[in-house]
Amino acid sequence: MIPLVGLVVGVVLGLVLQPTLPVGLQPYLPIAIVAALDALFGAFRAYLEGTFTDRVFVVSFISNVLIAALIVWVGDQIGVGSQLSTGVVVVLGIRIFTNVAAIRRVLFHA
Amino acid sequence: MAERRAGSRRLAALARSRDRLTGDENGTPPDDPEGTGPDPAGRRPGRDAPRPGVWGRIGQAALHPGRSQVVAAVVLCLLGMAGVVQIRSNDSGDAYRNSRREDLVQILDGLGVESRRLEAEVAELQGTKARLESGADSQRVAREDAQQRVDELAILAGTAPARGPGIRMRISDPQDEVDADVVLDAVEEMRDAGAEVIEINGQARVVASTWFGDDGTTLVVDGITVARPLTISVIGDPHSLEEAARFRGGIVSEITGPKIGGDVQIDQSDDVVVTSLHVPPASQYARPATSGPTPR
Repeated sequence: MIPLVGLVVGVVLGLVLQPTLPVGLQPYLPIAIVAALDALFGAFRAYLEGTFTDRVFVVSFISNVLIAALIVWVGDQIGVGSQLSTGVVVVLGIRIFTNVAAIRRVLFHA
Repeated sequence: MAERRAGSRRLAALARSRDRLTGDENGTPPDDPEGTGPDPAGRRPGRDAPRPGVWGRIGQAALHPGRSQVVAAVVLCLLGMAGVVQIRSNDSGDAYRNSRREDLVQILDGLGVESRRLEAEVAELQGTKARLESGADSQRVAREDAQQRVDELAILAGTAPARGPGIRMRISDPQDEVDADVVLDAVEEMRDAGAEVIEINGQARVVASTWFGDDGTTLVVDGITVARPLTISVIGDPHSLEEAARFRGGIVSEITGPKIGGDVQIDQSDDVVVTSLHVPPASQYARPATSGPTPR
């Protein structure tokens, strides 16, 4: 319940405050969001499996986001940024699907 | 003893791998970042066991918030903000804002090439336009010139009515002594003085082929009998025409002289109107010949 409230509060804050990201970080925000979604679904799966730990969740969330952004940044530096970001998105998408499949099995036994 | 320990370890490993195999039927990668348990076997049976209370557990958790839920809420709050920021910047219509530098450079290059191509096309089309315009212009000028020449020649040939400044010369000779020679003299004098259009009695237009004749008393011009007194309408410079008629020994002297005993009255006018037309006979033999550019 509280996490949902937090999500709503975040959306509302974003709409009200309209924060702007530094221009240098803007290309990495989409990748970071996908990584965060992956961490989120992983956390929900772990919660359903009874192995959820908030410390691990926070660490994995932050490290996922940072590593995804870092990979894309390195790719930008060596000139394969778009290809690497595509690769990161593909990998994260596969992971998200896997996590969601596990969640589905636990919730609906299907 | 050592053998038994080794055997029990192997058994335990077998059990673990069996658990792993049976518990991992959904093929989740083992590198799950949230797979926090250092001992996978320790948690898999918990999931495998039918857990009737999953939904109940979720409901319980919703009613009894804990520290982990607060942490998750904070993280979700951050994610929500980031998502909103990203969606807003995506929706702001500035599609290039999030593009990478090399992509932008590529786009810019493409636009530069495109704009150069379009500029070349514009220059070419402008050249074509100018060429067409000048062509149309010269054609129009040529047409106007031709029309002007047609008008002038129509006046000269007597096939068009004309008006302009000039004089009206009224010749009265009670003794009918003015014959074709005198009229021809008068016409020649007027032509010498720059007459452009000459008309006799409002009936006979005098052109290049006009002839004058008389049978003693009756005057004939181009086959048209003209009655006395004669009125010669002339378009030209009125002053020059009158002077040409009146100079000593000229036509006026001749007519008013003792031999003819007539009288000449000359009126200068700003608007002499000549409406009689000469009908040119169709050329029976001559045909226009195509030649070079029309001389102007």
